[in-house]
Amino acid sequence: MKLARDTWLTFQYEAGQLVHSPVSIAISLLQPVTYLLLFTPFLKSVMGSSSYGGAYAIYVPSLFAAMGIFSGLFAGFAMIAAIRRGVIGRLRVTPLSRVGLLLGWELMFVALVAFQAVVIAVVAVIFGLRVPLINLLLALVLLSLMVIIGVSISYVLTIFVPNQTVLANLTNGVTEPIALLAGVLIPLSVAPLWVRRVALWNPFAWGANGMRAVFQGHVGAPVVWQATIILAAIAAIAVLVSSRLINREIA
Amino acid sequence: MIEVSGLRKSYRSRKGRKFTIVEAVRGVDFAVQRSEIFGFLGPNGAGKTTTLRMLATLLRPDGGDATIAGVDLLGNPARVRQRIGFVAQSGGTYDQSTARRDLVHQARMYGVAKSAAKGLAEEAIKAFQLGEFADRRIGTYSGGQRRRLDVALGVIHSPQVLFLDEPTVGLDPPSRARMWTEVRKLRDQGMTIFLSTHYLDEADALCDRISIIDAGLIVAEGTPSDLKREFSGDVIIVDLAAPDTAGAPEPTVMLEGSKILTEQPYVQSCETIDTTLRLYVDSAATAIPQVMRALSSKGIEPGAIESRRPSLDDVFLAKTGRTLAD
Repeated sequence: MKLARDTWLTFQYEAGQLVHSPVSIAISLLQPVTYLLLFTPFLKSVMGSSSYGGAYAIYVPSLFAAMGIFSGLFAGFAMIAAIRRGVIGRLRVTPLSRVGLLLGWELMFVALVAFQAVVIAVVAVIFGLRVPLINLLLALVLLSLMVIIGVSISYVLTIFVPNQTVLANLTNGVTEPIALLAGVLIPLSVAPLWVRRVALWNPFAWGANGMRAVFQGHVGAPVVWQATIILAAIAAIAVLVSSRLINREIA
Repeated sequence: MIEVSGLRKSYRSRKGRKFTIVEAVRGVDFAVQRSEIFGFLGPNGAGKTTTLRMLATLLRPDGGDATIAGVDLLGNPARVRQRIGFVAQSGGTYDQSTARRDLVHQARMYGVAKSAAKGLAEEAIKAFQLGEFADRRIGTYSGGQRRRLDVALGVIHSPQVLFLDEPTVGLDPPSRARMWTEVRKLRDQGMTIFLSTHYLDEADALCDRISIIDAGLIVAEGTPSDLKREFSGDVIIVDLAAPDTAGAPEPTVMLEGSKILTEQPYVQSCETIDTTLRLYVDSAATAIPQVMRALSSKGIEPGAIESRRPSLDDVFLAKTGRTLAD
């Protein structure tokens, strides 16, 4: 199947570029690891958690959500660099499937964030987090869907806002409220009612809440399947709409 | 091989709060024959890249038609993509990748299986002499090496038509000569090549036929020698800047000099470019002494006088009233 082949080909190529710059991957891990080690103690006392394991079960999913939101919504800047380099143009004059090209890129970000998340999880386990592997995998599924939504939004913004300064400000302006309203610092469960009501409209908040339930062992909680359905549906729409918009210039 | 009629593209551009429509390409027609090197010659901003990007399926035209290698551009861009190669001015590679990795990936994007793609990459490395550095980071390549890789990527699937956007910009003279050789070799293998350039010598020496494009319109078309043949005589360039001071001459002097020389019977036409006057005459050998005499009779001392054969720049000047020389 051409779409699957072209997606895989693009993913392989783009991921290959990442693998050949391991330093940048290492640098991208610095911030989440710092938050994990320095912010969790604050959260432990604020949330009144009895153990570090409990605090990590609260904060690791928040950190996952933050990584998914920021990596996804800032993906457009990597695309700008690729456009400047002429790489996108070179790929687009080949018969490569247009949707495959987009999906390959999306999957590259999914793989990158998933890798970072696994590293974070391993570090957290070393410091006392206890989570079954299957729960972790379920959280990674939710996280992947969040990344796909974020990347799609970012690509559309990138296409329609060619000015890089404006794009940077806009992306910051969009990302911060999305992240705070997803409870990436303090879980939404302690937020006032009106904040929680607003957050109902934030798919990333569903993702964060779903992952948090999973990390606390409540795989069967309604929020988990609700989040999965909501995120999967929005991700599918986001991919379709963004590929349509991005390829509108020519069939 | 390429037939284009009435191709148009305009952009919306914003200046402050006002939106203006910039007509980048305002309806161009041309036809490119099989196995020829066809050049689009024009200054930066003339619409060359926009035209190329439209023909390479990267940009949707606002109007007009094009057929490339027998396929309708707007009707079946996917089929067009299988038959063309495109090398952008910016190239199209990541610094951290290598020539071999990119060549294999490029072949695979055309549906070639992995082992066959490796074979094609190996062939391309040989044909474009990339062997020395094929497994090194692209970031370490010289401009010429990088450009050869760009072209190798563009032709790995043996396209019928190859588009080259300013193939020699930023190259040193030896790399440039080498690129010309590569392009001619591709043509001799039967490929049809459409390239854009703002270099007169490139259009003159490399292209079998050219179109001169300015402000989104084609102003002349033909073989370089046919175009230059419109100018039967010689060109004399009179520099009115004083040789010792190298300062610009007074505008009144420029005006007066231009007026006197235009009146001379042996001068076909006279154009003012910066501090020089460009005269078109039948024979430079007999005209130069007369030019000297005419000028000094009015007390004007030219800093330098030289003569040359007409070039494509003279064609450009005659058609657009401006000069293309860098």
